[in-house]
Amino acid sequence: MTIKEIQDEIVEEFSAFDEWMDKYAYLIELGNDLEPYNDDYRVEQNILEGCQSKVWLHAWMEDGKVFYMGDSDAIIVKGIVALMIRALSGQSPNDILDSDLSFIDEVGLKDHLSPTRSNGLVAMIKQMRLFAIAFKAKQA
Amino acid sequence: MTKLDIQDIRKQFPILDSVIHGKPLAYFDNAATTHKPNRVVNKVKEVYETLNSNIHRGVHHLSNLATVAHEEARIKVQKFINAAHSHEVIFTSGATASINMLANSFGDTYIEEGDEIIISTMEHHSNIVPWQMICKRKKAVLKVIPIDENGDLIIEELDNLLSPKTKLVAVAYVSNALGTINPIEDIIRKTHANNSLIMIDASQAVHHFKVDVQALDCDFLVFSGHKIYGPTGTGALYGKEKYLNEMEPWQGGGEMIKSVSFEETTYNELPFKFEAGTPNIAGAIGLGEAIDFVSELGVENIHAYEDEVLKYATEQFLKIPGMRIIGTAKKKASVISFLVGDIHPFDMGTMLDKLGLAVRTGHHCAQPVMDFYKIPGTLRASFAVYNTKEEVDRLVEGISKVAMLFG
Repeated sequence: MTIKEIQDEIVEEFSAFDEWMDKYAYLIELGNDLEPYNDDYRVEQNILEGCQSKVWLHAWMEDGKVFYMGDSDAIIVKGIVALMIRALSGQSPNDILDSDLSFIDEVGLKDHLSPTRSNGLVAMIKQMRLFAIAFKAKQA
Repeated sequence: MTKLDIQDIRKQFPILDSVIHGKPLAYFDNAATTHKPNRVVNKVKEVYETLNSNIHRGVHHLSNLATVAHEEARIKVQKFINAAHSHEVIFTSGATASINMLANSFGDTYIEEGDEIIISTMEHHSNIVPWQMICKRKKAVLKVIPIDENGDLIIEELDNLLSPKTKLVAVAYVSNALGTINPIEDIIRKTHANNSLIMIDASQAVHHFKVDVQALDCDFLVFSGHKIYGPTGTGALYGKEKYLNEMEPWQGGGEMIKSVSFEETTYNELPFKFEAGTPNIAGAIGLGEAIDFVSELGVENIHAYEDEVLKYATEQFLKIPGMRIIGTAKKKASVISFLVGDIHPFDMGTMLDKLGLAVRTGHHCAQPVMDFYKIPGTLRASFAVYNTKEEVDRLVEGISKVAMLFG
């Protein structure tokens, strides 16, 4: 699936929730279901530290695609990390760099990505793109 | 003691009628900043509308009005903390600025290589970092009074830390992260017995109970205006006249000088020596109004009411399964720091916000405290005079509901 298709799918899923409580319950579920983070990569250089919560992010390249592994100490943040990984992991560097990630706004989670929130998510998105740029440069 | 009419007080704070995410606001982040009553907002507005001018400089009428109002505000602060002289009150932009000013002025005047400054584990970063900076510059040593599991200072340790090299002890009256009320009289007595000076960070104290600098016999005291129903960007540094006279000013500029030539500058007298540049005139006058607000209610009445709310909230909190209150000192003021089960404070705080319940989450600018408890942070509910038991009930219900969701 393309990033656009995955984004549409996520928006579709979230449209089922009328209540914010249900939406967050789903985020918590996504967070809990996120593939466990490999502790070998739980190192200082992979920490994106916000004032409120921490995010760990690791990336690698396989067959021209970028793969991500992520984690957070806060479960809501972890749920959003899971969404980001679902949208971007396994895509080509160019597609990742071209993505608009508008689904975050559409599912009503934009608040969490505001630079003022300081939860590590803004830094994570930036870092996901930086990984894509780095892998793209390696490819060239 | 007079019983306060809380509903009447609430009417003076229109922001309390806010609707957040479709729910009525219940604001429990008062240790970060309190809201401002109408009279304070109106006073600031009135300053700009009727007497805006620079102070101490013009011969014209408005300048004189502004100067008088600014100095009246200083006298209000003086009386509020019972300073001996109004010129012992330096207006600053807040406690942080006060401590930075003191650290630099005190440091430049009194601190030599190898000297020691004592703080405590429970200090706000604003009472840690400025001292670290000056210690680094002066090659002085920073020592730290430890705390115990309850969040009380291990006061006996102060005896071991004090030495002939101790120049200053700088501690909080009340911990912002734990709510602990420190035995400040003991600390002052021990410090003075050692011939050292004492600075008290009263940021979390002045709006909760009476603080009398002469009765305490403290050498320096700082607080922020915005935590006591006053405007942001206001605060004060109190210092005993003797030391303020001796100390070098930190910032140079207009207002703080007597005469300037390129060869030499002589400084103005107190308090102006420490107030370089145009101060926050409207803010200081607004702070004066906030002090009137607090004084008219009676700080002891506020204390009694807030204690009642704190006691009630603590009892109700402890009924929540998995509730862990961080900071269980014998004497506490208006703050409950807590965690529920394994739930991350950010997660709980985010969900409470959706319920219109405003609490602080994180390390509360007191990372050493969080390190001590080996936790990433806490949630903090802090109460002001306008908080009600009904709001506490909503908070308790909200916490329980969210805790279930995280199961």
